[in-house]
Amino acid sequence: MNRLIEYMLPPAKSTLAGETDALFAFINISSFIFIIGITLTMLYFAWRYRRKSDDDVTPVISHNNILEITWSVIPLILVIIVFSWGYSTYMKKISPPSDAYEVRVVGKSWLWEFHYDNGNVSVNELHVPENRPVKLIMSSDDVIHSFYVPDFRVKMDVLPNRYTSVWFEATEQGESTVYCTEYCGTAHSNMLATVHVHSQEDFEDWLETSGGSGEDLPPVERGEMLVQQNACMTCHSTDGSRLTGPTFQGAWGSDVPLENGETVQFDENYVRESILEPNAKVHQGFQPVMPSYAGTLDDRQIDAIIEYIKTLQ
Amino acid sequence: MATSEASTTYKKIQVRRYKPEENPEKNYLNEEKGLWAWLTTVDHKKIGLMYLASIAFFFLVGGILALILRTELWTPARSFLDADLYNQVFTLHGAIMVFFFLVPSVPTVLGNFVLPLQLGAKDVAFPRLNLASFYIYLIGALFTLTAILTGGVDTGWTFYTPYSATTGGNVIMMTLGVFILGFSSILTGVNFIVTIHKLRSPGMTWAKLPLNLWALYATSIIQILATPVLAITLLLLTMERALGIGIFDPALGGDPVLYQHFFWFYSHPAVYIMIVPGFGIISEVVSTFSKKIIFGYWAIALSSLAIAFIGFLVWGHHMFTAGQSSLANLVFSFLTFMVGIPTGIKIFNWVATMYKGSIDMKTPMVYVMIFLFLFMIGGFTGIMVGALSVDIHLHDTYYVVAHFHYVMVGGMVMAFLGGIHYWWPKMFGKMYSELWAKIAAGILFIGFNMTFLPQFIMGSQGMPRRYFNYLEQFQPFHQTSTVGAYLMGTGFLIVAIYLTYSLFKGKKAGPNPWGSRALEWQTASPPPLHNFEHIPVIINGPYDYHKPMSEFQLGVASKHNGHHAEETVDVPESAQEKA
Ligand code: HEC
Ligand code: HEM
Ligand SMILES: [Cu+2]
Ligand SMILES: [Cu+2]
Repeated sequence: MNRLIEYMLPPAKSTLAGETDALFAFINISSFIFIIGITLTMLYFAWRYRRKSDDDVTPVISHNNILEITWSVIPLILVIIVFSWGYSTYMKKISPPSDAYEVRVVGKSWLWEFHYDNGNVSVNELHVPENRPVKLIMSSDDVIHSFYVPDFRVKMDVLPNRYTSVWFEATEQGESTVYCTEYCGTAHSNMLATVHVHSQEDFEDWLETSGGSGEDLPPVERGEMLVQQNACMTCHSTDGSRLTGPTFQGAWGSDVPLENGETVQFDENYVRESILEPNAKVHQGFQPVMPSYAGTLDDRQIDAIIEYIKTLQ
Repeated sequence: MATSEASTTYKKIQVRRYKPEENPEKNYLNEEKGLWAWLTTVDHKKIGLMYLASIAFFFLVGGILALILRTELWTPARSFLDADLYNQVFTLHGAIMVFFFLVPSVPTVLGNFVLPLQLGAKDVAFPRLNLASFYIYLIGALFTLTAILTGGVDTGWTFYTPYSATTGGNVIMMTLGVFILGFSSILTGVNFIVTIHKLRSPGMTWAKLPLNLWALYATSIIQILATPVLAITLLLLTMERALGIGIFDPALGGDPVLYQHFFWFYSHPAVYIMIVPGFGIISEVVSTFSKKIIFGYWAIALSSLAIAFIGFLVWGHHMFTAGQSSLANLVFSFLTFMVGIPTGIKIFNWVATMYKGSIDMKTPMVYVMIFLFLFMIGGFTGIMVGALSVDIHLHDTYYVVAHFHYVMVGGMVMAFLGGIHYWWPKMFGKMYSELWAKIAAGILFIGFNMTFLPQFIMGSQGMPRRYFNYLEQFQPFHQTSTVGAYLMGTGFLIVAIYLTYSLFKGKKAGPNPWGSRALEWQTASPPPLHNFEHIPVIINGPYDYHKPMSEFQLGVASKHNGHHAEETVDVPESAQEKA
């Protein structure tokens, strides 16, 4: 039974995961006992009291108040235990320690943006230190999304009109998946991200070296950096292979066939429009799942990306 | 509870004993013939059958959509649908199964057919209104089908804002369809409540009301009180979309979480609209096939009402992660557990009814056993998702998908099948093949568990719902589930085949093939147009298997049909009725 319950759950990688799992196990085991008990009783009755003749006479047993009370009160006690247990862990889940490290999270169709205290931004990658409480302050730029990390047993809806928050303390270095669990349209099931849990030093290193704005770099290098930071590479290859979106290799200057039958020249304006309003013109044979980067990338950054794409011939 | 008997007074009624006709020449099926007669009938039995046909059609559509979903999910990435189409398909599957199949299923088909028969009435209180409900249902369905054919809808059956306010497709048409449908539901509810209050035959006190009718009564109350809230919500949504009035969309100054409150204020009680009528069927079937008085009549009757009332107060459990206050979560979680108790009481009483019975494992009873097992799993996993800390992890994953399918399909659809198999001989006067029926039940049982058990595991492991693509680690579960779904599909096909076959080639059923004491079995099968040749007189409860059958076949002696009073009986009359 314990093995089965362990198998059912993802690895427990946060401080409160264990407590959640214990209640999960408790409910499973007690339900199992009830279900098996009642089912066996039912099957036993069906066999023991099977009809022998059509003239069978059955006793008149119309009710029994003691029994009614017993089978109301015992389950009542059990559910009160489950309720209190669930509530107390829940309270811990929604009460972050005051010294938690804060990260600002923006969800939008269909990507996750993470803003750190030093101005760093990462897209679809959340970097956090190990053994330190982390509090995420979240909001959405469009419809409702929901931030879910099974390994940490946390989930919280991300709303357009207010902030919500979630906190966890990761106990193990490594990677965990983030899912969007509030249905948000076409690419809802692609709205994934990864949490990278580092040691404290590695995390600090990461903050120093990555995710900077790169304003002082030459445009092409800055463009390459932005393309990586903004998770463009998860959908666009630079080596000609086909991912979710068309490859950037050899794209510059080509004629792009569109879903509506027209063609358009792959030039500065097209790239700019593709980034800010991706569904305005959809490349033939691809799904309209690219998130809009309006509000994420500014004009200078888009310029840099354009310069970078030009070099991929 | 025994006090209800104490306040009873008796009235003398002259009765004659009758035996239901074995081979009635005339019955409701052959008395008014032709398409027009059917389409304009006000006979509750025919209306019930028209609903049966419509509901079977929607179940077929919803089922095909389910198989399309499951087929697409065979591989982690795209197989044959694109993401947008997949999203439309799950929306339609959910909306059709809930609004056009499950909510109306038992009340409109079995309720319509059986309710007046169980009361000893000639029809429901407002037969024309009943026909109107049917046409309103059809108009609602027409709107929805139009919405599907002209653009589709991809919001999920929950129509959450702001997504539903901004996405393309024909959301307005679809919500209007559901809005119109709501009126059908309300009118049916009103009709049933009035019928139960006013048209009980002499001697049928509240304490002798069949439990099926208590369940329908509780359901009707929910329908009348909750459905208007859905109607208003959908209307507000339509106003927002069509006129740009900001109610739920934050871009217009609205609040999306408010929408969720409104929606679930209807849709949680609707969950009970979808299950309570099933409870009624189970009570009837358990007693009949155990040939024994029902155990805990009042416990079962009143727990239906308790569920109906507490069910109104738990809607917030769908929103534990939506950002409502922790106090709200505390209250909703607590009340959710409280609904569990009356539900548990019912299960214990049904099992206790079997104790020392004379149990005949005919198909309806097989479905009762399947129901009890699957519904228990649905119920206990409901306790799981009611526990706050655990629900934070499980919410909006496949665990929830599995949970509600265990309740809705494992519970209600199995109860519905049980009811159909139980009353089929009454409806058509024909028996189906017992052997094939049991084979199909077995296939459905295996197929069902194969489809939905793996979903508990992948859900606990973190597989979110409404996902078109998924991570490879979940594939074995999805594939098992898909195979199970096809097995279930096969099971339903077999049911459809042998039931249809029985209409033409089935053995004659006779008035009371199960030896039941309930009133609907004390008339011919199929019943005559006006249900009973005599107004029945009730002196015993519907589950009094210790009394001889002849005491259940008493009719008011009336001068005009030439009978002379043969004897006089004391018929109980509850205090309130004299008033
Ligand atoms: C979730 C996957 C995804 C991500 C992330 C993504 N894109 Fe796209 N992108 C697509 C898809 C799919 C298309 C083709 C459909 C369309 O035109 O909208 C596309 C089209 C484009 C086009 C037009 C290409 C053509 O050949 O028509 C450009 C330019 C582009 N993306 C740039 C970017 C940049 C720059 C980023 C990162 C800042 C990015 N994309 C991130 C999926 C993505
Ligand atoms: C015949 C077997 C059935 C199968 C194989 C099946 C399968 C599915 C699948 C694959 C989903 C989509 C899950 C997701 O992507 O999140 C789903 C959703 C759903 N199903 Fe079924 N289903 C079946 C029967 C039913 C029945 C009988 C009902 C109702 C009476 C029902 C009600 C629903 C609802 C309400 C949803 C949620 C839709 C939504 O998320 O908007 N299903 N089902
Ligand atoms: Cu989403
Ligand atoms: Cu609910």
